[in-house]
Amino acid sequence: MRTKTLAYILKRIALALLTVWVVITLTFFVMHAVPGGPFMSEKAVQPHVLEALNAKYGLDEPVPIQYVNYLKSIVTEFDFGPSLKSRGREVVDMISEGLGVSAKLGVCAAAIAFVGGIILGSVAALRRNKLIDRIIMVFTTAFVSMPSFVMGSFLLLVFAVALGWLPANGSTTAGLILPVITLSLSPLSNITRLTRSSMLDVLGQDYIRTAKAKGVSNVKIIFGHALKNSLIPVITYIGPMLAYIVTGSLVVEKIFAVPGIGRAFVSSITDRDYPLIMGTTIVLATLIVVMNLLSDIMYKVVDPRINFE
Amino acid sequence: MKKNPFTLHLDVDSFLPASDAEKEYMVQMRPSTTFFKDGVKRLLKNKVATVSFFIIVLITLTCVILPTFWPYKYDKQLGVSLGRPVDSSYNDLAPFEYGETELEKIANGEKVFPHIFGTDSLGRDYFIRIVYGTRISLAVGFFASLIVLVIGMTVGSIAGYCGGKVDIIIMRIVDIIYSLPDMLMVILLAAALKQSGLNTLIQGTVLEEIGSNILSLFIVFGLLYWVSMSRLIRGQILSLREQEYVLAARACGAKAGRIIKKHLMPNCIGVVIISTALQIPSAIFTESYLSFLGLGVNAPMPSLGSLASEALNGIYTYPHRLVIPALVISLIVLSLNLFGDGLRDAFDPKLNS
Repeated sequence: MRTKTLAYILKRIALALLTVWVVITLTFFVMHAVPGGPFMSEKAVQPHVLEALNAKYGLDEPVPIQYVNYLKSIVTEFDFGPSLKSRGREVVDMISEGLGVSAKLGVCAAAIAFVGGIILGSVAALRRNKLIDRIIMVFTTAFVSMPSFVMGSFLLLVFAVALGWLPANGSTTAGLILPVITLSLSPLSNITRLTRSSMLDVLGQDYIRTAKAKGVSNVKIIFGHALKNSLIPVITYIGPMLAYIVTGSLVVEKIFAVPGIGRAFVSSITDRDYPLIMGTTIVLATLIVVMNLLSDIMYKVVDPRINFE
Repeated sequence: MKKNPFTLHLDVDSFLPASDAEKEYMVQMRPSTTFFKDGVKRLLKNKVATVSFFIIVLITLTCVILPTFWPYKYDKQLGVSLGRPVDSSYNDLAPFEYGETELEKIANGEKVFPHIFGTDSLGRDYFIRIVYGTRISLAVGFFASLIVLVIGMTVGSIAGYCGGKVDIIIMRIVDIIYSLPDMLMVILLAAALKQSGLNTLIQGTVLEEIGSNILSLFIVFGLLYWVSMSRLIRGQILSLREQEYVLAARACGAKAGRIIKKHLMPNCIGVVIISTALQIPSAIFTESYLSFLGLGVNAPMPSLGSLASEALNGIYTYPHRLVIPALVISLIVLSLNLFGDGLRDAFDPKLNS
């Protein structure tokens, strides 16, 4: 069993590393296949200036050599090169700056989604087919189908424009409330539904009946037996949730003008700032891949009933 | 009836012709049902799914038929006409409001069709833009799912049918694409294709009508989203091949063609239809997301995402311009999702047990 577990984990890590490499390679070649260099959009640059600029940033070398150089500098020094649009700034600095804000946003949203989702899901399962269950299910169904930009726009309209309770600009701490709520509602709904269905499943198990027959109190049954086991499927949702929060944050940061990594990504695409595009894609993709890996491994380790293939 | 139950004498009454009442007993009360009919019946019983289906049909019909006779066009700037200065009284009208020029026309006894949702900042009727945007979003969702279905089905059935090395290689590729963060890759590809030479490449062909951006959306879908479909179909084929009834059919001497037609296809098709149906809302979701980021459809053409994105700038003065496309998109995605769930419940008998 131990060796099987280890083999599975090693296999998943290998796949994750391969995925990250594919992401880097794909990003690099896709960006270089696009016609029109990063200096094209500016007003007519003199040919010799353009040449000098290209030489300075190493853009005059053949693409495969540029690729090898890039790969080397990422792996050995964690260096994504300088930004081409914001003069004199390193991509790493820009990313880590934005990542700080975005991480605050994402972690808060994830925490709310987890805590709220588990509580609501358990309540819905324990009060199955009662009014409160119906209300929770209607709202979660609606929120799951709502794109993040729709949700963000509505919250902005209601709480910032119409009521004026919260600031519409996300650059202050109070301004982060709306973006966090926007990002957390959809994962919260998903976790609620997951918890509810798996809780219902667990409550029908024999060991719950045994516990009841032995006279264990309801509170002890719920917290000691039911909740722990019904949370296992929720672990698998950690990876997809993070992917949702990362992609959702692109839109949410645009709506609320949050100075995070998502906004940097979107503006780097319109600016054609190659190093920044590649840097952000690689960082975000790696984050998602690693979280997927962790949640997969955790799922298999937590539940000993799952067999490894 | 029998006086002596242990006698070996046959009862003559048993050999009389059946009476009408007895014959009636053997009559089939209702025609035997097929899998498809049974599924439809179950689907119709599901009220939520039925209502969702009617909403989808209604929206689809509206956005196909309405633009043919509506007096306004989605890209017509009403204040702009050839050889005359731009008439700005048409711009930024509130719902059911008339501009100065239009009020004059009305005073002169002319009939002016009302702008149900007002006009946008360039003087285009907003209602028809919403209708047209819905049409684009629905069409993109539908065709993108079709592309995903075709590619996924081909690759999946090849992998499942061939097995061996081909299967292993295909499934490793699928594994890698599956673990790629899809949205990031979609954005990257959409951004790259937007700036690529696709525009000049398709000039003069039928594809020009569609526009390079929608085309690149299709390419992105074709490249990334087929993997889950092909996994599903491969799994179906692999597991169906090993079923007892296939073995039984083979033991009875059924040929491969009959097994595929009578056993594999009908059992596979339900799952395929269901996942295609559930693919449509997610494609619409992705399209609106990309349009919102400015990577969607080409400029004068509206889509629900790009309409919402444009409306964000004037959110304080014209909130209805944001609310309407947002509501429409939520309604479409919600009803498609609910209908897809209904389909799954009705046509996947394995889940019922």
